[in-house]
Amino acid sequence: MKRYVLVRALYSVVTLWLLVTIIFGLVRLTGDPVAMKAEAGADPAYVAQLRHRWGLDQPLYRQYVGFVGQLLRADFGHSFEKSLPVRDIYFERLPNSLKLGFAAFLISLALGVPFGMLSALKVNSMWDNAGKVVALLGLSMPGFFVGLVLIIVFGIELGWLPVLGKGSSALVGSAPSTWVTFWFRDWGHLAMPAFALGWYFSGAMLRITRSGMLDVLGSDYIKLVRLKGVPEPMVVAKHALKNSLIPVLTFAGLNLLVMVNVSVVIEVIFNWPGVGQLLYDALSNRDFPMVQGVVLMSGLLIVLLNFTIDVLYGYVDPRIRLSR
Amino acid sequence: MAPLLDVRDLRTYYVGFGGTRVVKAVDGVSFSVDAGETFGLVGESGCGKTTTCHSIVRLLAPSARIVSGAIELEGEDLVPKSQAEMRRIRGRRIATILQDPMASLDPLFSIYDQVAEPAYYHQSLRGQALRQRVRQLLSAVRIPSPELRMKDYPHQMSGGMRQRIVGAISQAGGPRIIIADEPTTNLDVTIQLQYLNLLKDLQRATGVALIFVTHNLGIVAKMCDRVAVMYAGKIVEMQSVRGLFYRPRHPYTKALLDSIPKLGVKEPLCGIPGQPPDLSDLPTGCSFHPRCGRAMDRCRVEEPRQDDLDGAGTVRCWSPVEELAARG
Repeated sequence: MKRYVLVRALYSVVTLWLLVTIIFGLVRLTGDPVAMKAEAGADPAYVAQLRHRWGLDQPLYRQYVGFVGQLLRADFGHSFEKSLPVRDIYFERLPNSLKLGFAAFLISLALGVPFGMLSALKVNSMWDNAGKVVALLGLSMPGFFVGLVLIIVFGIELGWLPVLGKGSSALVGSAPSTWVTFWFRDWGHLAMPAFALGWYFSGAMLRITRSGMLDVLGSDYIKLVRLKGVPEPMVVAKHALKNSLIPVLTFAGLNLLVMVNVSVVIEVIFNWPGVGQLLYDALSNRDFPMVQGVVLMSGLLIVLLNFTIDVLYGYVDPRIRLSR
Repeated sequence: MAPLLDVRDLRTYYVGFGGTRVVKAVDGVSFSVDAGETFGLVGESGCGKTTTCHSIVRLLAPSARIVSGAIELEGEDLVPKSQAEMRRIRGRRIATILQDPMASLDPLFSIYDQVAEPAYYHQSLRGQALRQRVRQLLSAVRIPSPELRMKDYPHQMSGGMRQRIVGAISQAGGPRIIIADEPTTNLDVTIQLQYLNLLKDLQRATGVALIFVTHNLGIVAKMCDRVAVMYAGKIVEMQSVRGLFYRPRHPYTKALLDSIPKLGVKEPLCGIPGQPPDLSDLPTGCSFHPRCGRAMDRCRVEEPRQDDLDGAGTVRCWSPVEELAARG
């Protein structure tokens, strides 16, 4: 197990290094940030000064080495746009995205797993068919469309829920509130973006739970458990559930972060001040350090999560835990 | 003495495509098994052996129906029983050994958990008593150092060991009858013999009856007291092992025996021509007539009755084989 964890950790480091290199190159293909900031016909001395201040006058390899050096000290540099450390801006916004991501994650789990199990246990029944329709809708209706429909129906026509923003418990632009108020207030503001984001994933979750459960229910070992005379509820709750949760676990864990990271469109639509919106703004301004910082942090979270899932796998599955 | 298990005129059909396609997997099967006896069920793949077994424990695919017949276990008919009642019979009175030891244990639970389950549910054993019982069951199937091995997981064991674990599980509820559905098909030949000996020993120790499903006639000769040969959902011949091997009466049985290659005899292998019939579209008359060398006009139109062989067994044929088997 120890060796297994070490090997996984090594993989994670290599993945991160590749990501650092790729994002460093890609972001420089988007264009010249100086041209964005300084208007055409601006004083050449001012342009040169900007270029020097942002370190863009140096050759690429120097920029790269400097960038990696900063990263090793957990420093992402200063934002071109706001002249603040990227790290500070990112961590100010992150809790908002986490809140949205968690809520969406819970919604996708609450919708996907129980209905997926129900579909598998009652194959080709009314429940199963309803599940298929829901999954199809979930996968074929993009989050921004669901978001816009929600805004029109619940925000504008019915007026039940606020259309934009994240409410008074904001962490941005006002005094930081306590953790309790942050997590447990203003659910009205959270409801629509979280549903729009969680919706897409719940369909996939339902299908994965269903197929995992069906595979397991058709297996020989479940047959033998039934042949032993184990009561049916225990067959499902003990043997079938644990086995079918393995694919669900991988998928769900990845989803959680994908939700935090992919929520760009939803955050822009609902004006939700999270990292997605931050990335969107940074890209529009060619704010290199900001883009690099947000993408790398997203990558870091995904790599960390994958690592955690691999280790968790080891605990759930004795075939991995006990090998070597 | 009344038989332990008495199956009478069992018919199990698979119904598909909205009832337009009916597969008669088991079509009028009758046999009985006495306490402590080993009863063999032989036939090609797809002749209804496994469906017969699944019908007895009433764990059939959703598309399968027991259309008619009775399955009496110690005088009690199992066909009308609910699944909840069957649950208390499975594992406790009828145990099963499946074909593939690599697939029949749950990979996420320890050997202890899986062997303990029948004793937990059927004998209400808990704590130390349960542990003691599991240890004893594992020693009975010759698992070395059972106290240590019961903490292991299935993937840490070889195929032969896993099948012995399945054997221990079958014993755990203290059953009267064990259905072994090709238990050695997926084992190495050397392990096969070991396993068959183990089953024999267990049977001697507990007096349990065994229904042994196989397509290997060598295993039948070694293990069984009586044999039924199935073809296309019907038992075509049923005899004592000795009778079947020395004087097969049904042409199909004879052809099966003749198709076993003989060591040292230089003659071409002799198979059975043709294919097993489609169970949803059986030939008229006797199902075997298109492949039978002795087929007469009557065989093509009229289905043979099940005839008694002077108390020695039964055969379903209009023109049973008379000569003795030419065995080398």
